[in-house]
Amino acid sequence: MMNNLVVLPLLIPLLAGLIMAMFRKNIPFHRWFSLFSFSLTFAVSLYLIHQVSIGGIQILELGGWPAPFGIVLVVDMLSALLLTTTSFVGIACILFAFKSIGEEREQFYFYPLFQFLITGVNGSFLTGDLFNLFVCFEVMLISSYVLLSLGGTRIQFRETIKYVVINSLSSTLFLVAVAYLYASVGTLNIAHLSIRVAEAGQTGFMTTIAILFLTVFSLKAALFLFFWLPGSYSAAPTAIAAVFGALLTKVGIYAIFRMFYLVFYHQPEITHALMGVMAALTMLLGGIGAVAHWDIRNILAYNVIIGVGFIVSGLAVFTYVALIGVIYYIIHDMVMKALLFLLGGTMIRIVGTSKLKEMSGLIRNHPLLGWLFFIAAFSLAGVPPLSGFIGKILIIQEGLAKGAANAGFYWLAAIGLLSSLMIIYSLMKIFINGFWGETFLTRNMEKGSTKGLLLPCVLLTTVGILWGVGAEIFYPVIEQAAKSMLNPNFYIEAVLREVV
Amino acid sequence: METLMAVIIGILFSIGAYLILSKSLLRIILGSSVIAHGTHLLIITMGGLKTGGPPILGGRADSYTDPLPQALILTAIVINFALTAFLLVLAYRSYAKLGTDNMDQLRGINDE
Amino acid sequence: MKTNDVILQTVTKVATFIILTFSVYLFLAGHHNPGGGFIGGLVVASAITLLFLAYDVKTVRAGLPPVDFKILAIAGVLLAVITGMGSFVFGKPFLSHAFGELDLPFFGNTEFATSVIFDVGVALAVFGTALSIIYTISEDMCIWRR
Repeated sequence: MMNNLVVLPLLIPLLAGLIMAMFRKNIPFHRWFSLFSFSLTFAVSLYLIHQVSIGGIQILELGGWPAPFGIVLVVDMLSALLLTTTSFVGIACILFAFKSIGEEREQFYFYPLFQFLITGVNGSFLTGDLFNLFVCFEVMLISSYVLLSLGGTRIQFRETIKYVVINSLSSTLFLVAVAYLYASVGTLNIAHLSIRVAEAGQTGFMTTIAILFLTVFSLKAALFLFFWLPGSYSAAPTAIAAVFGALLTKVGIYAIFRMFYLVFYHQPEITHALMGVMAALTMLLGGIGAVAHWDIRNILAYNVIIGVGFIVSGLAVFTYVALIGVIYYIIHDMVMKALLFLLGGTMIRIVGTSKLKEMSGLIRNHPLLGWLFFIAAFSLAGVPPLSGFIGKILIIQEGLAKGAANAGFYWLAAIGLLSSLMIIYSLMKIFINGFWGETFLTRNMEKGSTKGLLLPCVLLTTVGILWGVGAEIFYPVIEQAAKSMLNPNFYIEAVLREVV
Repeated sequence: METLMAVIIGILFSIGAYLILSKSLLRIILGSSVIAHGTHLLIITMGGLKTGGPPILGGRADSYTDPLPQALILTAIVINFALTAFLLVLAYRSYAKLGTDNMDQLRGINDE
Repeated sequence: MKTNDVILQTVTKVATFIILTFSVYLFLAGHHNPGGGFIGGLVVASAITLLFLAYDVKTVRAGLPPVDFKILAIAGVLLAVITGMGSFVFGKPFLSHAFGELDLPFFGNTEFATSVIFDVGVALAVFGTALSIIYTISEDMCIWRR
């Protein structure tokens, strides 16, 4: 299906960012226009979900060049869902930024950069060939570098340097992997790759390339190679950290998803087993980090890592039901991680420090904040009927079912359960220390007000609860996404328009 | 020719790796840029070195060189150019702000 | 610091025109032959950079129209994107291009293509970006030296 709407989620933020950058001084215009742009993207993405659910995978061949030769954008159900969630998280973070980001950053292109970041994220979800994936990654990463260093405090500079060097190195490795792949199969279109790899057979050489891709994407997704994440995510201002924590790692996971379900799916005993081991280690190490730290920012950053580990463990299980679980969980995780960062940022703003030992008793003056945090914590831990539950139970259940054939999956499921425990422990630590106890801060002594900051949090919580309670309603959509991911032929037929 | 390129790429990668592992920020930036050059050479070599005429309108030849790797490295070079420019400015500004370019002192353990 | 760069300045006066002319050639050649908006824009930027080096940034800046290079770059990207969106109106996929031929009095049968507008955008974007990088860094250096 040729469809020009497909390019809009990429085009709207890009155009909006450019137009805003033209009028640098007009901050109110920036604010409302960025809200407008994300709302429009959200509406378009919802409409794309509708179209995909009726008419199957939608594609757009740019410039009218047919698929293996030209650039192609593809929306299947998974991309459409992720696009929708991205623009929703974007709306929430922008609303939070209105009151919290500060005039200085707004003056220096904060909103345009945010738009470019979303352009890159949406582009990565849309693209149908590997090189464009690289380009969209770079658009996203370059905007994230600038957003991270924007404001220029000492700690930001220090962390941005490391973040940029590591990410530029991993991008270089990405190119190396692309070069090897092109040399061995002579194409970069994902659908075409899928055919060619299946024809040539996934030999040892091909699997090596696959592992190189896994390394690259795990650097981006903070899967096992996460050492850069806690420092840089805790250096950024809240609204930026929230959007990073919610979206950037998920783009890496999405890339793993595409490559290892559409192209390199022939040797799961090597590649998917490696993913499983990495996921287990990620959950364990991330869990230890989250439990050990006493600083809100660090605890939240480590929670991002645990989430990544859990999602990838679902990918490693590699069954249909686990896949449904993964799709439920990845969307839950995007919404809830954004919420968690925003709530943590609000707490830090009220108290003026991120150290847990210096805060207590916030619930007296901020009951809503407290209860939202409570819901978010339980939802991330997977308490029914909140949103994390359905994803967790499906993934762990499938892991246990597969454990009968291979004992490694028992371990994976066990570590998955343990990670939930670590999540709830680390978040309850924030809750107990931050909200319980004696209230020393009276309203006038607080460092900042929560005015306008809770609106985006309430929005995100509402969606989170709906996602959990209404899981049944969303099931047909998720099912379609999972089916098209497990049958590469659907994707190939749609993109190359030939029956396989 | 391809063998020679492979050797050159290997040398560039090892120089880059050596530079990245040093402590001075400027050397790290140079190292990442050297590695990027190695990668660009790798891409162009992987597409096969000159095997025919240029694939443009009006060029008559029996066989044509694959244009895709060239388009890829053009894009990659531009991205890398932007990245290096940004990284240099960042290094310069952070040198002005932090007063050091030694990565050992940029570790950052609870000092702020 | 006063340096004697008579040779550089004299050569620059001549070379700049050659470079600028060459950039126009490259830009127009790009439709069917090697060249195009990207390289054309870059060559213009290199001419201005040469001027920056030979004279100083302030003098050259005063001679150029007072347009912010950043705005120029943004306008270039906008132009390119909007040209691509023109195909929406005709129900063709994004970035489709069209061309037609016209008989002009002096040039004879000439081909016109919409992709030229796209290329103008690219040239502006490259030119603006390259110059704003150089301009920003050089501006900052002046503050540093004081």
